[in-house]
Amino acid sequence: MNIRRLSWQNLISNPLSTILCLLLMTFGVGVISLVLLLNNEVEQQLQRNLKGIDMVVGAKGSPLQLILSTVYHIDNPTGNIPIEEVNKLKKNPMVKSSIPLSFGDTYNGFRIVGTTHAYAELYQAKLKEGKLWNQTLEVVVGNTVAELNQLNIGDSFHGSHGLIEGGEIHDQFSYEVVGILEQSNSALDQLILTNTESIWKIHNHDTDDHVCSDPDHHHEHEEQEAMITALLVKFKSPVGFIQLPRKVNETTNLQAAVPAFEINRLISLLGFGAQTINMIAIIIMIVSGLSIFISLFNSLKKRRYELALMRVHGATRWQLVKLVLQEGMLLSLFGTIFGLLVSRFALYAMSLLIDVNYSFNSIHFSLIKEELWLFPISLFIGLAASLIPTIQTYNINIPKTLSNE
Amino acid sequence: MLKSESLAFTYDGDHEFRFPDIELQKGENLLVLGESGIGKTTLIQILAGLLQPKSGNVELNGTNFQSLSSKNLDLFRGQHIGMVFQRPHFVRNLSILDNLLLSLYLSKNKQDKKRATELLEQIGLGKKLNSKPDQLSQGEQQRAAIALAVIKNPDVILADEPTSSLDDTNCKKIAALLKEQAASTNAQLIIITHDHRLKSEFKKSITL
Repeated sequence: MNIRRLSWQNLISNPLSTILCLLLMTFGVGVISLVLLLNNEVEQQLQRNLKGIDMVVGAKGSPLQLILSTVYHIDNPTGNIPIEEVNKLKKNPMVKSSIPLSFGDTYNGFRIVGTTHAYAELYQAKLKEGKLWNQTLEVVVGNTVAELNQLNIGDSFHGSHGLIEGGEIHDQFSYEVVGILEQSNSALDQLILTNTESIWKIHNHDTDDHVCSDPDHHHEHEEQEAMITALLVKFKSPVGFIQLPRKVNETTNLQAAVPAFEINRLISLLGFGAQTINMIAIIIMIVSGLSIFISLFNSLKKRRYELALMRVHGATRWQLVKLVLQEGMLLSLFGTIFGLLVSRFALYAMSLLIDVNYSFNSIHFSLIKEELWLFPISLFIGLAASLIPTIQTYNINIPKTLSNE
Repeated sequence: MLKSESLAFTYDGDHEFRFPDIELQKGENLLVLGESGIGKTTLIQILAGLLQPKSGNVELNGTNFQSLSSKNLDLFRGQHIGMVFQRPHFVRNLSILDNLLLSLYLSKNKQDKKRATELLEQIGLGKKLNSKPDQLSQGEQQRAAIALAVIKNPDVILADEPTSSLDDTNCKKIAALLKEQAASTNAQLIIITHDHRLKSEFKKSITL
């Protein structure tokens, strides 16, 4: 028997108030931790797709939209740009390398992208089966696309027009699967890659035959001029960041956007929402501190005689202080640990729900740096909640308490 | 040996309690009789070192209470003085056995589980070792409270109205148990009470 066991015994002898305190603490910590984990996950996911892309050039419009549509494939493109202008830009001495992207069609909701092999190399994509495309109308599919559509080498399919499902089927031409990529946890998992000429071939043919019903889809190619949707650019040196985007925006009809800037802007916008949620969670934690305080205070009122009795049996003031403090600290510590476990469980559950469209396959179940702050914060709340009960315990008047019963 | 000299105490400065001197040899028992409001509880708390007297001093086995720091007095009390209160009190979230072990822990004695079990068996609580205090009858609680006071082999057992809420039969039983336990640990027993039923049980008594 010792003080630690007695604290523990006191906690489990009052299951209701203990559970209430724990639940509140768990909830508060859990919400903050989940927000931190999600933020971390989203940032990593955003950064992963960003590497190697210094600048994106596309049609005029919202720079964020341009980035989202070309780097993350989650928004509609801003439009198409003529290949002649693109070729002029490629000759700029500050450009180290560039990758063209052409959108327009999908297969069962997955985008078909006309590009070069450099695009697959950008994400260090490895082939699971087959080879990369060499001929027009040959495609290589991302891992998720292959799994969900059960595509195998040698299969063929028709693309449908537009970037949303249900567009008109291009039934004149069919793509043939020549390769399947390994999972890379990047945008490639969700894409179907082919060469730029495939996109041109299908669309130039289309425009001769029939009128497209999708009003969102731009039809610059009707003028029989070769177009692409965007160009991903890598600079030779950081000087490019300063000069080239401005030059493109001011002197051409193209729009240049720097993904790093735009994504930081986006993250800071998301961060504001995360901050609001964190504020709410901090309030929950404070309420949990309050409930620890009330529960300690109440149990102390009932236990005054008990504490005086322990003093009679030889306990020092500090032993009693330790007893009360330990109860508060145990509650906040266990609340924090449970909270961290709950947030991981929630993240896991979320990943199961949304795995189909977004890859959370590399979830971080280990503690992230920001979460370590939760320990001092919650222990401080536990300490603050125990403060008044502790002082009362320290100053307990033994004779008065004993004779008042 | 317990000795008190010219003890006086006041709560508010106006009314002063004066207590007769007490001198008790090893193995001796004493009954202190007095009506309500005469300062019985005050006296027992002074003898236990819980209250500081206004004047006079208390000495147990040659140790003067006033010479001890508050921390050392807590430990000294824990090790040498056992107290029984009018209404039995325990740490309610612990079993009776754990209450005894806690008392041993707090007074820095060895936590002898075997001895604690034997003591409880001896006073007829052998089957209630792991019961919580609330699950015991009042008579059982009072017996357990005596076990709590004697578990650490104190030199003095101070009992404050141990029998006043009990019927005649239980009153006799508790008085006998107190004497028996005091004798078996060779402790001095002081009972302070207004309960005249106890008068016949003790050879030595004083009236406040």
